[in-house]
Amino acid sequence: MKARVLVTLKSAVLDPQGKAIEGALRSLGVPGVASVRQGKVFDVELDTTDAAKAEATLKDACEKLLANTVIETYRIEFVG
Amino acid sequence: MKSAVLVFPGSNREGDVARALELVTGVKPTLVWHADTSLPAGTDLVVLPGGFSYGDYLRCGAIAARAAIMDAVRAHAARGGLVLGICNGFQILCESGLLPGVLVRNARLRFICREALLKVERNDTPFTRRYAKGAVVRYPVAHGEGNYTADADTLKRLEDDGRVVFRYVMADGRRDDTQVLNGAANSIAGIVSEKLNVLGLMPHPENHVDPLVGPTDGRALFESIVGALERA
Repeated sequence: MKARVLVTLKSAVLDPQGKAIEGALRSLGVPGVASVRQGKVFDVELDTTDAAKAEATLKDACEKLLANTVIETYRIEFVG
Repeated sequence: MKSAVLVFPGSNREGDVARALELVTGVKPTLVWHADTSLPAGTDLVVLPGGFSYGDYLRCGAIAARAAIMDAVRAHAARGGLVLGICNGFQILCESGLLPGVLVRNARLRFICREALLKVERNDTPFTRRYAKGAVVRYPVAHGEGNYTADADTLKRLEDDGRVVFRYVMADGRRDDTQVLNGAANSIAGIVSEKLNVLGLMPHPENHVDPLVGPTDGRALFESIVGALERA
């Protein structure tokens, strides 16, 4: 099965890259953008069809490597 | 004194630190490849050098922190062995959990390559015993992600336990948390572990050891390590 893992900075953590993108959008004249926070997306293919097992594997992957939980949080979504 | 300098794909300061160690201790360190599973027998000091391990992919130091050799480094640290992480080495130590917190993108997003002024907050660690307490020293910095961050509880614990060893200071030696070159919390440039045997710092003491290239403020850090090991 296929999954998407989203890793984003915790809201209390300053995101200078997001701020720079926000500034660039403003200077391009893109209207109505209040703020931008940048994150990461991982598309993962798993060799199981068991959703519970897949979720446990991905949680493990997030805790061990994909996210640094000091500054980031993660969300797991199943696609397709 | 036996030192081991770890080499990850993308490390690039291993030569600088090996040269500094040989200059100060008279002994060539052993370079240890990241895929090895053990350190040379009798290793006193492990150095994680600067560079861009794994091209800074995912997060700086994240992949190197999970390398095979790191289990041996953790065991060495648990035994009280000395570990020094410089720049990318500091990032790897944070990612591996040997030191708390994390180094994120510099606050003003620029790569900073220049000399920094640092205050030596304590001289009772194995890494700083040859400095005067409160001394202001010059080390070069060269990093894009040196902005030290940790949650409020961790920062408080570090401060309460006096684990901040190096702090960025202004030209007059004062600390100004609003003007830190990279935005680091509490002007933190380097911290030690609880048992004082693991030091991580962003600036490069190994590049200020030879009068031929400039100041030699970094020499005392390596001399401190020699002294600490002789005493042990």
